[in-house]
Amino acid sequence: MTNVLLIIFIISLFYVSIANRLITYVRVLALQGFILFGVTFMQLNDIETWNLVLIMLETIVFKAIAVPLFLGYLIKRNKITRVAEPYLSNFMSLIIVTAIVVITVVLANSIQDPLLNKIFFIVSLSTLFTGLYFIASRKKIITHVMGYLMIENGVFVLSLAAGNEMPNLVNLGIMLDVFASVMILGIFFNKIGDVFKDADVDQLTDMKDY
Amino acid sequence: MTAIYFITAFLIAILLLANRNNALNRVLIILFGLIQTGFTFYACYNYKSSSLVYFTFDSLGILLLMTLTVITIPALLHSYLYIERHSETPASKAIYYAALVSLITSVTAAYLANHIAVIWIFTEMTTLSASMLIYHHRNKLALEGTWKYVFICAISITFVFIGILFLSLSLRSSGTNDLSFANLMAYKDHLNPFWLRLAFLFIFTGFTAKLGLVPMYTAGIDAKDIAPAPAGALLASVLMNMGFVAIFRFYAIIANTSLYNWANLIVIIAALLSIFVATVYMTKVLNIKRMFAYSGIEHMGIVMLGVAAGGVGYYAAVLHIILHALVKSSLFFQFNQLYRTFQSKSIEHAGNYFKYNPAGAIVILFGFISATAMPPSGMFVSEFLIFRSLFEGGHIIILLVVLLLLTIVIWAFGKNTLKILFLPVAGIDESIIPKISPWESLSQYVLLLTAVWLGLNPPLAFVELLKDAVKILPN
Repeated sequence: MTNVLLIIFIISLFYVSIANRLITYVRVLALQGFILFGVTFMQLNDIETWNLVLIMLETIVFKAIAVPLFLGYLIKRNKITRVAEPYLSNFMSLIIVTAIVVITVVLANSIQDPLLNKIFFIVSLSTLFTGLYFIASRKKIITHVMGYLMIENGVFVLSLAAGNEMPNLVNLGIMLDVFASVMILGIFFNKIGDVFKDADVDQLTDMKDY
Repeated sequence: MTAIYFITAFLIAILLLANRNNALNRVLIILFGLIQTGFTFYACYNYKSSSLVYFTFDSLGILLLMTLTVITIPALLHSYLYIERHSETPASKAIYYAALVSLITSVTAAYLANHIAVIWIFTEMTTLSASMLIYHHRNKLALEGTWKYVFICAISITFVFIGILFLSLSLRSSGTNDLSFANLMAYKDHLNPFWLRLAFLFIFTGFTAKLGLVPMYTAGIDAKDIAPAPAGALLASVLMNMGFVAIFRFYAIIANTSLYNWANLIVIIAALLSIFVATVYMTKVLNIKRMFAYSGIEHMGIVMLGVAAGGVGYYAAVLHIILHALVKSSLFFQFNQLYRTFQSKSIEHAGNYFKYNPAGAIVILFGFISATAMPPSGMFVSEFLIFRSLFEGGHIIILLVVLLLLTIVIWAFGKNTLKILFLPVAGIDESIIPKISPWESLSQYVLLLTAVWLGLNPPLAFVELLKDAVKILPN
């Protein structure tokens, strides 16, 4: 069952790579939150109950509900155009994301480590690189934020792989989530929406060396 | 005592944030200066002991903590002067001081932490407080700078976290899961090299955002440019040292495993690229603050080369990073007076500074001599030792490339600095140039002379601490 969920997670990456509308990105992020909730429930069976509850609350409340709602609110409030505006075509995006996944699968298969949980490794690494690819290839500041949130989801998957032995690392990951996302999204994006009307990265070019 | 320090510093930050009364503000800032100094003395007296499980007063931590405290006092002073001179709203004043206090406290904690996850947490804290300092002016440029800083730091902190996860995988087969540096060192032979490699790559890349090396150096440059100069002085000195501490402590473990040569290769590549990038930008840059910041990138490259070369290079690297912090912060403290004179950050609008503020001009000149490591600067000694370690380590080609690049850096830095100091600018209205008290340059003189003293005639205890800090590395 964990494997099925993780494979759906990978498929969501392909889906988002060909998505045109921002709201699709938001929905995929919410879906990933729910998937992580399920994976946490099935994977972390050795840890204390209160800790498990905390982690699951974080995935469901924070990742699956609060952040997507807030992103949707930001898109409306700042009147961001609803299109993702990638630099590359959807077809190229799909090919690049596929290549990323294939490369991580090959890499994971080349590792000779019996303790390695391969599917967790593959999912997290391909999510990490896909997120970085989204950041590099999308024009809007808010899609950068979404790419970053996706990276965080990938990292969370990796922390679950080691979660039974070291639950503290999962808690650290939650801290990273809450700290960084609240920081990036909360106080800040409101301001960016007010000051930079289009919220494109093209507007962030005032700082110069000369 | 450590707990008392953290709690009081935290309370002071909260009070500064809530308080709108000027007199109380001053009292709180002075109180924080006293507590920081007191804690430094406490750390020195409790040398080698641990506190609150996660903090150890070891040699490297104490050396950098002393550097931090020496820089903190003028930073508080200059911040006060800066804030008083600008008609700030009480709210922005409160946020500035609270962020400054929390930045200094979290850097202190990161220096002393003996656990990689604790360093990670406090690195995150520094990102938060630094971003408040960068956003101080609340205009479009500040927003752009803060956004870039926050975003790049968030990504690099995620990278460090991934590195920590890989490190935990690497430790798995040894049957322990304590990620403190002492434990990692004890189990160094049981670490799985494959995961350790990945861990080093990710942790190194992540912390370069704070240290100021390729690939993540860009965030720091923007931050130092946009933040008010007294805060920029902290970002350009003690915060970079924090990145160094994190990388150095982890590197010390890698250096004792079979990955020693591989890790050195990675460090050398990053360091050489950093020096190269800094050189390219130094020849082009027209913004004085960014020029200082790029010079910092170059010095961090030299420091990491010293670490990679080994031998006497370790000693020289730690010495260099301390001296660099003193010199670079004094240049940033001086920048504000320069800005008040010319009302511009651009080298093109600044000139003949000796005429308007001789005391400050001497600081700039002396700072330039120190930062380019010419005698009598203390950095001459450390840089010379790093070059010697490169020579002894058989990295002749790297040494030649670095020397060539440094010559270009000195040319560019010198050309710009001498223009600021001596060449008159056309069309400057001398009647509006304010008279600047020479007393404001006093702290810069103290910092620069300390750097000379520590470089040329270091006290015995200082040398012992330096030697002890690099003792764990292989020779």
